[in-house]
Amino acid sequence: MKEITEAALEAPRSVKMQTRGVNVFYGANQAIKDVDFDIADKSVTALIGPSGCGKSTYLRALNRMNDTIDSCRVEGRILLDGEDIYGRMVDPVEVRRRVGMVFQKSNPFPKSIFENVAFGLRIGGEKDKDLIAQRVEESLKGAALWDEVKDRLQSSALGLSGGQQQRLCIARCLAVWPEVILMDEPASALDPIATAKIEELLRELRERYTIVIVTHSMQQAARVSDFTAFFYMGELVEHGDTATMFTRPSKKRTEEYISGRFG
Amino acid sequence: MRYTGKDWLLAGLTGAALLVILLLLFVLLGQIAWHGAPVISAEFLTEKPGADMTSGGIWPAIYGTVFMTLLMTLAGVPVGIATAIFLTEYASPRSRIARAVRMAVNNLAGVPSIVFGLFGLGFFIIFVGGSLDAILYDDPRPVWGKPSILWASLTLAVLTLPVVIVTTEEALRQVPRELRDASLALGATRFQTVYMIVLPNAKGGILTGVILAVSRGAGEVAPIIFCGAANFLPYLPTDLRDMFMHLGYHVYALATQSPNVDAARPMLFGTVLVLLVLTFSLNLLAVIIRARSRAALRP
Repeated sequence: MKEITEAALEAPRSVKMQTRGVNVFYGANQAIKDVDFDIADKSVTALIGPSGCGKSTYLRALNRMNDTIDSCRVEGRILLDGEDIYGRMVDPVEVRRRVGMVFQKSNPFPKSIFENVAFGLRIGGEKDKDLIAQRVEESLKGAALWDEVKDRLQSSALGLSGGQQQRLCIARCLAVWPEVILMDEPASALDPIATAKIEELLRELRERYTIVIVTHSMQQAARVSDFTAFFYMGELVEHGDTATMFTRPSKKRTEEYISGRFG
Repeated sequence: MRYTGKDWLLAGLTGAALLVILLLLFVLLGQIAWHGAPVISAEFLTEKPGADMTSGGIWPAIYGTVFMTLLMTLAGVPVGIATAIFLTEYASPRSRIARAVRMAVNNLAGVPSIVFGLFGLGFFIIFVGGSLDAILYDDPRPVWGKPSILWASLTLAVLTLPVVIVTTEEALRQVPRELRDASLALGATRFQTVYMIVLPNAKGGILTGVILAVSRGAGEVAPIIFCGAANFLPYLPTDLRDMFMHLGYHVYALATQSPNVDAARPMLFGTVLVLLVLTFSLNLLAVIIRARSRAALRP
């Protein structure tokens, strides 16, 4: 917490998620080592680092998606608004409703555009058709996709372009009104124009959501994020506000990575 | 691309093998169609067989086959699909139970069908049926503990079970992990994910597997010899405890049990043709469903 308050002195932010002493194992392999980190509310936090550094694993620990991997084990405490999401009384399903996720490869369901966005509401037990239609529209607008699809909501989501599919996945995520959105390299499979749209979207979403994004692209991290955390070999090497991280990193490793000397 | 000497040799050998297969298929089917088609008539399809087995029709055998196949499907398919869902969606891949079940399924698939017949006789008829009789009736005459369409269908259900399980598992595994992840990440429970995402996307594959299993079961004769198929039974089964005629078994009966085998031959070919048409149409249905479900996954 200390670092963040220092980093964001001009505009103090509250903390949305805190992780303390987090270790993640795949079988006997330790993928994340003792990570203490705070994620600021209503901001974009970028996780950067070379392939295999554990940033995606760490991300997936934040909404208990690692639970679905058989050999995966998470230790330590991960707090969402002060409550441990790995607590014994906590339902992972509830955690994932509050902490949504957008994946690297867009993964729309083979259903209509409308049904894709409505899915989260339907599984939540929402029956009110008008409300669903309204939320679908609002979510598609929120993901900057509405104008492109409003005339073909009933056609298959698989007919959309790659960039549109990814924004549909974001819309689908928004529809359940999450508090935090985790994004695992959401633009890595997209062309520059589609990437630019996603980045623009991120800047808008920041107003209402807490966003944690894993990215391979340092330029992207620099463009969209407020805070940056650098992971290396499963450890959190350094973190701070993005401007400082990219101009005056305090650790040598960070500087080497950011200046492109390895990674 | 140019063929070298070895290519010619391999192409020649594989081509010859292909030719042998095609020829066999052609001779087999051609002969059946050639001899069987003239026998097919409205009367043949709707009449009872004559007492000498050289005249009349095969309606009771068609009816018995369809009835048995339906019972078998109702009894076996839900269990098979449920087992496959458990294995792929719920059991951890390294769990002992899952491994034991998988091993059992694989072994079950390799068991000769006559053994299933003996199993049906020993387990369903003597043990289950016999116990029911002992509990329910004082009468020494068996009510449940004798061959019947129920026990034959259950025996075949056990026979088709491995096929249903393996093909359903295969179909479930074809559903990309990304879709499961997407669903779970939206706060769906595992049940909702299976029910709303996995099963609808695996539907085509499951259906294909089920139909192939059913078509195999419909044509099996060995398991039902002991379990309920009748040589000659000119009335339709009305009760689960009745015996029944079966197309496959009727072929066997006509070929070996008929008082005059030569005179029964046209009936034999006709019966074989009907049996083939039934199983082929099931297979064709499976092919169509598979093609459709593949098309549905594309935009």
